[in-house]
Amino acid sequence: MLDVKPNHLIRVQRNQRVAFTLLSLAAAFTVVILLAILFYILSQGLSVISMEFLLEEPRSMGAEGGVFPAIVGTVYLVAIIILIAAPIGVGTAIFLNEYISDGPLKKTLRFATELLAGIPSIIFGMFGFIFFVIVLGDYTGGWSILSGGLTGVIMILPIIIRASEEALRSVPNDLKEGSLALGTTRWYTIKKVVLPLAIPGITTSIILAIGRVIGETAAFLLTLGGSLLLATSIFDGGRTLALHLYLVAMETGNTDMAFGAGAVLVILILIINFAAEALFKLLVRRFSA
Amino acid sequence: MTDQKEKNMMIEVEGLNFFYGQTQALNDISLDIYKNEIFALIGPSGCGKSTFLRVLNRMNDLIPKTSVQGTVRIAGQDIYDPNVDVVELRKSVGMVFQKPNPFPISIFDNVAYGPKANGIKNKKKLMEIVEESLRQAALWDEVKDRLHENAMGLSGGQQQRLCIARVMAVKPEIILMDEPTSALDPLATFKVEELMNDLRKDYTVVIVTHNMEQAARISDKTAFFLDGSVIETNDTDELFLNPKEQQTEDYITGKFG
Repeated sequence: MLDVKPNHLIRVQRNQRVAFTLLSLAAAFTVVILLAILFYILSQGLSVISMEFLLEEPRSMGAEGGVFPAIVGTVYLVAIIILIAAPIGVGTAIFLNEYISDGPLKKTLRFATELLAGIPSIIFGMFGFIFFVIVLGDYTGGWSILSGGLTGVIMILPIIIRASEEALRSVPNDLKEGSLALGTTRWYTIKKVVLPLAIPGITTSIILAIGRVIGETAAFLLTLGGSLLLATSIFDGGRTLALHLYLVAMETGNTDMAFGAGAVLVILILIINFAAEALFKLLVRRFSA
Repeated sequence: MTDQKEKNMMIEVEGLNFFYGQTQALNDISLDIYKNEIFALIGPSGCGKSTFLRVLNRMNDLIPKTSVQGTVRIAGQDIYDPNVDVVELRKSVGMVFQKPNPFPISIFDNVAYGPKANGIKNKKKLMEIVEESLRQAALWDEVKDRLHENAMGLSGGQQQRLCIARVMAVKPEIILMDEPTSALDPLATFKVEELMNDLRKDYTVVIVTHNMEQAARISDKTAFFLDGSVIETNDTDELFLNPKEQQTEDYITGKFG
């Protein structure tokens, strides 16, 4: 019979209760903050949102009218960034994970991606301003969707690379070996075994990158030009919803309109996150069932 | 006599050394394996038998910082010659792994995977290959009604026979098996062993096994590995009945292992 002191038992139980209370308080705190922000922004912003708000051009620097050009700008920017960054990012991840073995090259590339991921976005904005807007201005149209897009590409590449690598790494090695042992090339193995299994993770990484682009302001403040006009090509200036929110709040002081844009932004991000999750589940089922 | 022998020589290993980085895993190995033979490699864990197996289809190429010395000839061709196409080599030297590793796709697609990679697109031709391979692997009757169901739904033993069928569909000359039954229950093991007996008609089989009874049951010849060296090679019956080396005897009588 183990000799247990009653005091010890009581102490253990008390510690367990204290730990449980503190941990659940921490969890509750997080949820409360999230709900408070959501509630506040939506309660302030939802009343502003209407069909006119969504589909009209802004007037008086955005203090009146709608946010249509900002929505179009956001869509343009997301499209151009993903079209460029997704193939490069996924390609880099495949190269890193499937083609080169551990060594100085891989270490350097990994280190570079980590570093790139840690750089504050305003630095990307500065770089984009000097390089894409000024130096390459003749080709990019100066402040333009293209300049902002290229800046955004550099900013989100590390996100896509890291998450895609994660997805690729999760593909069991014995499946890759099984394929290679049948006398298939590396590329065939990647195409037929690795990518189908990694697609859900890769898709999620791309959707997260979209979320990042939609929420970003600093990098685009210096590269998009902040034009209020409806962009008709990628060489036109423009603004995103997040940028619009910032500029309206700072330049006109009309916080109602800013909250309106904010509410649209929050709803958009919510939709994207739910869509990402649904798509992930769909793809997992599609490729593993 | 020698001519006849040389003609039937399938795998010829001479003075093979293998290194993981600085660590030597195989030590001056020389072995001859003949056509249509079932050749078993036995020995305790970590003795290098799996490493040796993976030398034969150059699977070790996938592990960084490994190096090979000596010659390995398959059907007369030095497989570590720089001009050798590894992809072609692996088509003629198939491999079955320790853990069944079917792809998470349909049974049909698993077997058709290799032929498709080789450019066979004709549906009828693929179906023929799939049926023939599944029959050879003694799995056809069990799966013929659900070829388009996911292979992950099969039992472990069926999965392993599917992996064997998958290898056969590529029509290799040699099949390497790395402890193919160690993850299977006795009944599934029995079925796979039965299958191996039929394999010798068409293939040369090199099998790594932990299980000495298995080696004794199915193989024609056996090599005993210890600490990266081959201690003894002989006809299986002879090796188990009259081991020439003390270490072999100690191992097969269970003094260590």
